[in-house]
Amino acid sequence: MRVVFAQALTKALVQDSRLAVVTADISSAAFGEVRERFPDRVVNVGIREQAMIGVAGGLALSGLRPVVHSYAPFLVERPYEQIKLDFGHQDVGAVLVSIGGSYDDPVWGRTHQSPADVTLIDSLPGWTVHVPGHPAEVEPLLAEALAGDDRVYLRLSTRTNSTPFGPSEGFTVVRTGARAVVLAVGPILDQVLAAMSDVDVTVLYASTIRPFDHAGLRAAVQSAAPDVVLVEPYLRGTSAHEVAVALADVPHRQLALGVDRAEEKRVYGTAPDHDRLHGLDPAGIARAVNAFLGAAR
Amino acid sequence: MESRLAGLFRRMTGDEKHEWAAASTLDVLWVLYDRVLDVSPERPDDPDRDRFLLSKGHGPMAYYAVLAAKGFIADDVLDRWTEAGSPLGQHPDRTLVPGVEIGSGSLGHGLALGVGTAFGLRAQGRTARVVVLTGDGELDEGSNHEAIAVAGRHNLDRLTTVVVDNSSSSHGWPGGIAERFAVEGWRAFTVDGHDHEALYEALTVEPDGRPTVVVAVVGSGE
Repeated sequence: MRVVFAQALTKALVQDSRLAVVTADISSAAFGEVRERFPDRVVNVGIREQAMIGVAGGLALSGLRPVVHSYAPFLVERPYEQIKLDFGHQDVGAVLVSIGGSYDDPVWGRTHQSPADVTLIDSLPGWTVHVPGHPAEVEPLLAEALAGDDRVYLRLSTRTNSTPFGPSEGFTVVRTGARAVVLAVGPILDQVLAAMSDVDVTVLYASTIRPFDHAGLRAAVQSAAPDVVLVEPYLRGTSAHEVAVALADVPHRQLALGVDRAEEKRVYGTAPDHDRLHGLDPAGIARAVNAFLGAAR
Repeated sequence: MESRLAGLFRRMTGDEKHEWAAASTLDVLWVLYDRVLDVSPERPDDPDRDRFLLSKGHGPMAYYAVLAAKGFIADDVLDRWTEAGSPLGQHPDRTLVPGVEIGSGSLGHGLALGVGTAFGLRAQGRTARVVVLTGDGELDEGSNHEAIAVAGRHNLDRLTTVVVDNSSSSHGWPGGIAERFAVEGWRAFTVDGHDHEALYEALTVEPDGRPTVVVAVVGSGE
C-alpha cells in the first residue's frame, strides 16, 4: 500500500500545484525526486513530528493541501495535540497517511504499534477515516482525499485482503445471510470470511469507516437477525458507538472484536501471532461469533 | 495613540493574571500593525497580505486593543470579551475574529504554523511576510525548537519571530535567546522591547536568506 501511495502522490504533486507533502524522515526518500523539483511543497522536517504536523497546518493556512505521512504512532499519537489544534482548531484540512497499522511488524515492540490511532482521530470532529484492505483501494481513496479540503485519515497497512473492492458510497455487501450482520473493516475481511465460511451471516465490508454508513447497517439488519458483529483491525469497540447510533431504535445485540484494550501484549513475533493473541485470527473470530450467536438461542 | 491604546486595553478586565503578559507585547504589536505589516481590515483574506501569528495566546488584551485601534474589530466589542457570544476570548480564535490568523492558547504551536505558512507562501511565489510572536517562557516548549531548526535549515527569510522576553521562562536561557536561534541559522537581533524605533529597525531589515528573530526585552514587569 505504501508503494502505491507514494507513486500516486508523486504523480499528483507534479500535476497539482495545490498539493504539498510533509514527512519526518520516515518514507522521505520515496519523495526525493519530487522534492528536488518542488522543495517548498515537499518538505522533510527531520525527526520532528510536532513540527511535521504544525508545518502542515501552516501550509494549509497558506492555501495548500498538505499530505502528512509517517508511521502510525509518530503520525497520530505523538503529535496528537498538534492534530487537534493545528488542523481542527484552525479550521483547515489535511490528509494524514499512516503506515504500520496496529501491529504490522511486532518485532519492533509496543513503541511501533498504534491500535488506538482510529480511536484518537475519531475523538476529533470532522475527520474522514479510510482503512483500505487492498493496495488497489489506496489510489482512489487518496485521489478523493486530495481533491477535497477536509480532514482525512488514510490508514495504510502491510496486511491485505485477496480481493479489492472499488470505491463505494457506503458499506459493501460481500454476502448475505440470516443469523447476524458482520461488519469487517479494511484488511481484516479475509479473516472474517474464513471464520464465517460455514455460518449463515451477512458480511459487510468497509474501507471507509468515518463517516459511518448508518443507513447501510440498518438496511443489512432489516434482512438478517439484529445481531451485529463489529470486527475492526484496531482498538476493540472503536465504532461501537456508531453501531448504537445507527440502530438506536432497533432492538439489537452487538459484539465488538478488535485489538484487546485490557492489557499490553509484551510479545514480538509476527502480525498473525498477534492476530491470535487478540482473537482476530479466523479461529478466534469464529469462536467469538459462534459463542455470541449461540448465546442468542 | 498611546492613550487611546491604553484606553482600549483597559476595557477588558478579568484576566489580571495575564495583564503583564499582555502589556509586555503592546509595544511590539503596535509597531507591527502601525508601521510594519501589510495588512488591512478591508482585505483580511488577501492571499498576498502579511501574516501575523500570535503564538503566545495568553493575555490577548493588547492584541485585541491593537486590532480595534486598526479597525479590525469595533471598540465596543472589547467590552463584551469572554462573554458567551463574544468573538473575543482569553485566547483568540481565528474563526471568530477578522484578521486573526491562528487560534492560539496552548503554547508552542505558532512557530511551526508560521514555518508552514512561510513554506506555502514561498511555494506559491508570494513574498508576503510571516511574523510570529512568542514569549521567552513559551520557548520552553520543545515544539518550538523543532520549528526553529526546520526554519533555519530551509532559509525561510520571509519568516520573523519576535520573542517578547519578559523573563517568564522558569529556567532561563543560558547563552541568550538570540544565540539559541543563531546556532540554527537565524539572523538575530536583541532590542529594547519598548523602543519603537529599535523595534521598527529590527523588524524591517532586508531579507538575506535567513529567518530573523527579534528578541524584544521588556523586563519582568515587577
